[in-house]
Amino acid sequence: MLAEIGQFALVIACMLSLLQTVYPLYGIYARQQNAIESAKILTILQFFFVAVSFAILSYLFLVNDFTVTYIATNSNSALPWYYRLSAVWGAHEGSLLLWVLLLSLWSTAVAVMSKRLPIESIARVLAVLGLLSLGFYLFVLLTSNPFLRTLPYFPVDGRDLNPLLQDIGLILHPPMLYMGYVGFSVAFAFAIAALMEGRLDSAWAKWSRPWTMAAWVFLTVGIALGSWWAYYELGWGGWWFWDPVENASFMPWIAGTALIHSLAVSEKRGVFKSWTVLLAISAFSLSLLGTFLVRSGILVSVHAFASDPARGLFILAFLILIIGGSLLLYAVQAPKVKSRGRYRLFSRETMLLTNNILLIAALIVVLLGTLLPLVHKEIGLGSISIGEPFFNSMFSILVVPFALFLGVAPLVRWKRQNIKELFKPLLHSLFISTAITLIFLYSFASHFTWLALMGVFLGFWVLSTTCYELCLRATHRFSLFTGLTKLGYSHWAMSIGHAGFAVMIIGITMTQNYSIERDVKLAVGDHIAFEHYDFHFDAVNDLQGKNYTGSVGVFTIKKDDQYVATMKPEKRIYTVQRMPMTEAAINAGVTRDLYIAMGEMLPDGAWAVRIYYKPFIRWIWFGPLMMGFAGILMMLDRRYRVKKSDEEEA
Amino acid sequence: MNPRRKKRLLITSALVVGLSLAVGLVLFALQQNIDLFYTPTEIIEGKKETGIKPEVGQRLRIGGMVLNGSVKRDPESLKVSFDLIDNGGGIVTVFFTGILPDLFREGQGIVAQGELLNATQVNAFEVLAKHDEEYMPPEVAEALEGMDHLKTDKK
Repeated sequence: MLAEIGQFALVIACMLSLLQTVYPLYGIYARQQNAIESAKILTILQFFFVAVSFAILSYLFLVNDFTVTYIATNSNSALPWYYRLSAVWGAHEGSLLLWVLLLSLWSTAVAVMSKRLPIESIARVLAVLGLLSLGFYLFVLLTSNPFLRTLPYFPVDGRDLNPLLQDIGLILHPPMLYMGYVGFSVAFAFAIAALMEGRLDSAWAKWSRPWTMAAWVFLTVGIALGSWWAYYELGWGGWWFWDPVENASFMPWIAGTALIHSLAVSEKRGVFKSWTVLLAISAFSLSLLGTFLVRSGILVSVHAFASDPARGLFILAFLILIIGGSLLLYAVQAPKVKSRGRYRLFSRETMLLTNNILLIAALIVVLLGTLLPLVHKEIGLGSISIGEPFFNSMFSILVVPFALFLGVAPLVRWKRQNIKELFKPLLHSLFISTAITLIFLYSFASHFTWLALMGVFLGFWVLSTTCYELCLRATHRFSLFTGLTKLGYSHWAMSIGHAGFAVMIIGITMTQNYSIERDVKLAVGDHIAFEHYDFHFDAVNDLQGKNYTGSVGVFTIKKDDQYVATMKPEKRIYTVQRMPMTEAAINAGVTRDLYIAMGEMLPDGAWAVRIYYKPFIRWIWFGPLMMGFAGILMMLDRRYRVKKSDEEEA
Repeated sequence: MNPRRKKRLLITSALVVGLSLAVGLVLFALQQNIDLFYTPTEIIEGKKETGIKPEVGQRLRIGGMVLNGSVKRDPESLKVSFDLIDNGGGIVTVFFTGILPDLFREGQGIVAQGELLNATQVNAFEVLAKHDEEYMPPEVAEALEGMDHLKTDKK
């Protein structure tokens, strides 16, 4: 009975989203204030019903109702309760329900939190969001209903959640990522609404900016979480595989990064406006494209869910409708947008333009590498795959101008900049960053490579120019310390975000150049040594978990004969699906990770063991966390805070 | 030409040159990193679509089912070899050094990435098995269509 109520709530939410699209727009057309104002109520109601539906599905998971097909295939009574809850979004149907839930959550947030905006603008934005919701409700209801029953022959127990997904990383990663993906719909809706209205001004950029930033923060943290999860859970210690599905999340991120930068220009200087709108459309379109690629099963990927042509076709149609429609609107309306601001060739504007050009180039590289195999296959030339080296070499080239300009840009003034004034700060930074790079490599690198030199230098270049700029700005009017406390949040946000990027670059460079990976055959009692570390294989014990059995290896690690740690990598067999899983043991540190994963037991009783030494790999995730924190700081800036007086008014 | 036009011409041509250079570089890098997918039968008889056989030394991906009883291990190291078969009946031997994925078993569909050693042997540097019971790469599924899956591991 409950499942039917859940589905019914979903149908009601679908109807409400249709109303939310049509009625306010009608109100604007017919000048009926009631209809315009109904947008907010409809949005909140819609959220209520989809939340009810989601809560019911979660409850059914908790109480192990295996009469529901989706639960029977993705859960099991032996699963701990928190994995039963996260199993809600562990597969296709539920993850789409999560998607619509988050979409209506964002819509509701817009409805509730933008009291300062004219009601007509909000109504338009909510109408666009309603249309997007409508599409996804139809998709869920028509092609992927999570509430379908297995009756009358329901199974006694479920087939269990994929063991790879039974992990804390998976409880957090999809909701975060989806918050980001879906969050770009708000930027998209703001852009479309502005185009419909034919009014694109700095105010529009100002409204849109915190929302875009919020989505970007979620996406950044979500991707970093996914990378971290892949690192410790998949058992081969990689942090990024250029897998099509990873690329699908990376493309909106690149577009989003370009967007937050160009929005800054649009807000402060009133230029690049039509370009910003195009970016807002692209960021969300790429989110949709990502969904299409993942959900249609058209791609060869480790993330692929069960494929169903009907689903692929539905999303493709929706994709064409949304992207085509918005680009058409853009083509008609964008020429009316006039940019007033003027700027010279050497100015902050051009610097940010360069940032955008380089990001778009990166975007095209990823897009090409992801879609080419598809095209190649569809035109009958056979299946191909595009290797990691392509992406790696393209990004190593692109990051050079990107990081160099990133260091310079914050020092450059808006409108025009006298080049000579920059010589001193840039020379100082160059000197400082070269010195630090050499010391750093001398201390941590086992051998010299040009790539490492370049990567580490770029990181420290960005760091030192960022600090230099902070000091310059702080000492402009005050002493250094008072100056630093007087800086606005958004200035700190910029500096911390850029520093986060630098930290990530250093992490990537060190990990890619100085990792040591050994696949070895070890019997109990054997040991292997490298990089001052000695790994001694002490024992193999039996393992008994709640829904798995297996073996656990015991390793003692010593560095220069000093005890460091005992590591216990596991090999699990999940009993329901008979699926083996590798649980790597990781000894984490600021400057290095030690990583041990058990391979398989060989016929003679020895084990194949994977032992890695990964220098600075934590920095790869710490950088994005800094970027996320920076994004939050920016949203807290005085300009975006709703003033007390406004709240009292409303 | 007046100076303004001249400036524009310069900027435009610089853009065109820069852009074509960039595109050329990207395509070149792409060319180096495209790995065609073959089934064992296609390695022996040439690709279904074009009839072209892979050259010795070429990087490629191969997908098929691991033939029962074909997995041979070197007792001293992590060297392993196994035969791949598909519904066309061709058999290709794959050599690999390292740790096989968790879901690698005889009678399973897998994909290997590597270099062609000679007409029927591939030296793999990466072996991928499907990630759960449901999912199989579409190409492998196609190559195995109609074959008997030996699901010895299933209840």
